Amino acid sequence: MVASIQTAPKSKLKSSVQRSLRQSLLTTYPLLHRYIDEILPKKGSLEAMKLPDRCTLYVLDGEPLFFQQDTTTLLPHLKLVHRFPAAFPSIRIDRGAIRFVLSGATLMAPGLTSTGGRLPSGILTVRTEDGAGEGLDEEDRWTRELEKGEPVIVRAEGKTEACAVGFLVMGTKDVKDKGKGPVIEDAHYLGDGLWKLATD
Amino acid sequence: MADTEQPEVPSEPQSRHVTYCGVCTLPPEYCEYGGTVKKCQDWLQKAYPAMYEQIWSPEALEAATASLSVEAQKRAAKDAQKKAAQAEKAEQKQADKMANSVITIKRVERNKRKFVTAVSGLEAFGLDLKKVAKEFGKKFATGSSVTKVPSGGEEIVVQGDVSDEIEEFLLEKYKDIPEDNIELVDDKKKKASS
Repeated sequence: MVASIQTAPKSKLKSSVQRSLRQSLLTTYPLLHRYIDEILPKKGSLEAMKLPDRCTLYVLDGEPLFFQQDTTTLLPHLKLVHRFPAAFPSIRIDRGAIRFVLSGATLMAPGLTSTGGRLPSGILTVRTEDGAGEGLDEEDRWTRELEKGEPVIVRAEGKTEACAVGFLVMGTKDVKDKGKGPVIEDAHYLGDGLWKLATD
Repeated sequence: MADTEQPEVPSEPQSRHVTYCGVCTLPPEYCEYGGTVKKCQDWLQKAYPAMYEQIWSPEALEAATASLSVEAQKRAAKDAQKKAAQAEKAEQKQADKMANSVITIKRVERNKRKFVTAVSGLEAFGLDLKKVAKEFGKKFATGSSVTKVPSGGEEIVVQGDVSDEIEEFLLEKYKDIPEDNIELVDDKKKKASS
């Protein structure tokens, strides 16, 4: 994400668009089923904000929910992640990597493979419709191995809140095997333009 | 209307409420990366003493840094210091800029007894000209627009002679504008000084 974004006018979404958005959310994030009525109440009027670089941010009552680059998969805004941390698959980086991620660097594999990092344990290999059995185990590892291109939340060692959101450019299995190279590029991180954007 | 629909799950709010730092807007535990650590600490101590204890107590800090190698710790510390210095410098600069810049409210004669009021220099105070112009328009019930000036830059042109009111309005609404920095100028068409 770019360092600073200007506030743009918001426009109300048609309820049909809202419905399809909700559907696509549920397919991308099966774990959201439990929370979807709270995130997107049926009565609520969702608004879209067009941002530079063909990015769209969806806002509900002044609370940013999701954003979308071009027409790719929706990514949750970090404020939403903080509200529902259990609804999204996550990985954890070690302490040393935090400052790089928070200044917008590409997340590299060593930050995940070291002792402070947490990659999925891979107990579950198949992705289920309702996300059954997925979650964090005692060791703080996500139970399902994540594929390349999947959206993922980045948490940090010693912190409770998530610090970034992005798409994996390398599956988590590959990360474990290779142990180097970029893992998430162009993430939305704490303190970036999207984070600082005023939405009300 | 009878409530016939029975929700399958008890619809109690499940979202967590997260506190964000009032200074750098990050969650407090990330303040150390925000560049305004000192200020954040002060703010948190005042607003949420319990959380402050949890994050910034010596034990917590020690536990947090223990997992890093000495070298990495040093590097991180140096980096943080640099960032803090940078932030401070930027702030200083901003403050300087604000102290030195002048808002000029100019009354321009348009047509014998008709005037427009041109306001320039607002952008130095971090205001969005377009928004302020809208505010002016609303407040004075006149046309108000942002126009480009030949020398580059932009100013707000408000229809009608509202120079005194604008000064008052600015001082009241935007507290960080010092009164001395507002200058009223009377600009006649025939170049005659007032």
